[in-house]
Amino acid sequence: MKELVVISGKGGTGKTTVVGAFASLAQDAVLADCDVDAANLHLLLAPEVLETHEFSGGKKAVVDAARCTACGTCEELCRFGGPRSGGLNDEGLPAPFTIDPIACEGCGVCARFCPENAIALEEVVNGQWFVSSTRFGQLVHARLGIAEENSGKLVSLVRAKSREVARQSGSSIVLVDGSPGVGCPVIASLTGASAALIVTEPTLSAQHDLQRIGELTRHFGLPALVCINKHDINPRQAEEVSQAAEQDGMRVVGSVRYDPAVTAAMLQGLSVTEYTDEGASEDLRRLWAEVLKSLAALPQRHEVQSNPGGVTE
Amino acid sequence: MEEPNAHIFLKPRLESSRAVAIPVPEVNASRCTGCGECGKMCQYGAIVVVKETVLTFPALCNGCGGCTLVCPEKAITEVAHEIGVIEEGRAGRLRFTHGVLKVGEARATPIIRELVGSAACLTVVMDAPPGTSCPVIESVRTADFVLLVTEPTPFGLNDLALAVGMVRELKKPFAVVLNRADAGDERVLDYCAEERIAVALQIPDSRETAEAYSRGELAAQTIPGYRDQMALLYEHVAQEMYA
Repeated sequence: MKELVVISGKGGTGKTTVVGAFASLAQDAVLADCDVDAANLHLLLAPEVLETHEFSGGKKAVVDAARCTACGTCEELCRFGGPRSGGLNDEGLPAPFTIDPIACEGCGVCARFCPENAIALEEVVNGQWFVSSTRFGQLVHARLGIAEENSGKLVSLVRAKSREVARQSGSSIVLVDGSPGVGCPVIASLTGASAALIVTEPTLSAQHDLQRIGELTRHFGLPALVCINKHDINPRQAEEVSQAAEQDGMRVVGSVRYDPAVTAAMLQGLSVTEYTDEGASEDLRRLWAEVLKSLAALPQRHEVQSNPGGVTE
Repeated sequence: MEEPNAHIFLKPRLESSRAVAIPVPEVNASRCTGCGECGKMCQYGAIVVVKETVLTFPALCNGCGGCTLVCPEKAITEVAHEIGVIEEGRAGRLRFTHGVLKVGEARATPIIRELVGSAACLTVVMDAPPGTSCPVIESVRTADFVLLVTEPTPFGLNDLALAVGMVRELKKPFAVVLNRADAGDERVLDYCAEERIAVALQIPDSRETAEAYSRGELAAQTIPGYRDQMALLYEHVAQEMYA
């Protein structure tokens, strides 16, 4: 089984458009949307949800107001600005502390060192993940609650589940729509995958991002393929991006022209390869063929397995 | 922090650079008795005790200091672990500062926290990361006003609704800028009308702007009319912010 992760550095370069097209072109892919912060793939795939699960990304500290003596130890020890003094109550006595759930990182220092044992760490549900069926195969996706953290953990869970689904259904490839940036959710999208396809643009800023994301794939020993989207916006820059990518040990496997059909397809909830056979659609078909060739040529060690133990972690 | 780009357009002259580090544990093996209290304390798996040997994983550490506090033998000290840098300089009349996360490091929030804390000007304009999770929250938490930039497409609408949920949760005043306003459909504008959200500016789709962007040019400097639109937008925001 192969696992291809599509990433971009910055958002808005066309990552999900590429995954949507690949989904329609692949024969037996399992799809995973790991952009759990701002998932979009479902907008092209119109999933029918088969399973819904709750996700707990961690714990938050909660104060038992009846036991709190407002001593302030929690505030003194917390490094994240979580505890808030309650000020004075109506009788002019110190009111109990509260903990700002957005600032709290769930480290448990306040709970451990509260002299009154008035603080508990409570497991919080901060997202949901789903297994769905779509017209192109099964999709594993997720929704992180607003202002919630630990998206990296949710990404790992979505990937593990999608491999499991692929194993059960005998699929040979998992297509992962990754997250933007180079931080925790992207690292969680990449580690242990077969290869990354980086969708970039012929812009100075995208070239800068590509350099950093290329450094990240190298850091994790992952083969990096590159696709230049909207290459005809600035052909000279596209050439430079291409040369810089090759110099950094990445392989440019194709480019896609600027085409209003991409937006037109999206407005109808279709992948561009379903919408038309011409223009960007033609480029994407060629790109998919190249990607398959590159994946097939990878050494055996780039095969991935699903965890027989399931997806508990 | 993860993919900083503003410097490409503003071309600042960077004058200083300083490292941002988080405190991570270092265990003094000669004092450690392998009691396991630190491993029980840590919620992130950054310090683990296996058969009386302590292993630390700095990349997972959140820098809470719990292990150091809880160790009965005082065998743990905190050492600085560098996760990125903050660079400062000037771009014309503007002071410029940005953070750069070391590639391979997972968490940008400590850099953002430091960056926000050090930006001491009358008006601070922040280019925030995408999405709605930790790094974005950290950027928005101390802001006086938030501009949400989106596109008139299903993707744009989906992500806008998430971002609106976030700024409402954080109780921040905000407005929407609709980029490539004529490239899609009416759904984003309908949503904004329904939710009574101000659309501060609509920028038409333009290949010329995309080309200028690709060359690292500021559209406000090279595209006729763009500067006036940005001036109007700034006025709108300033009025809301200082009202």
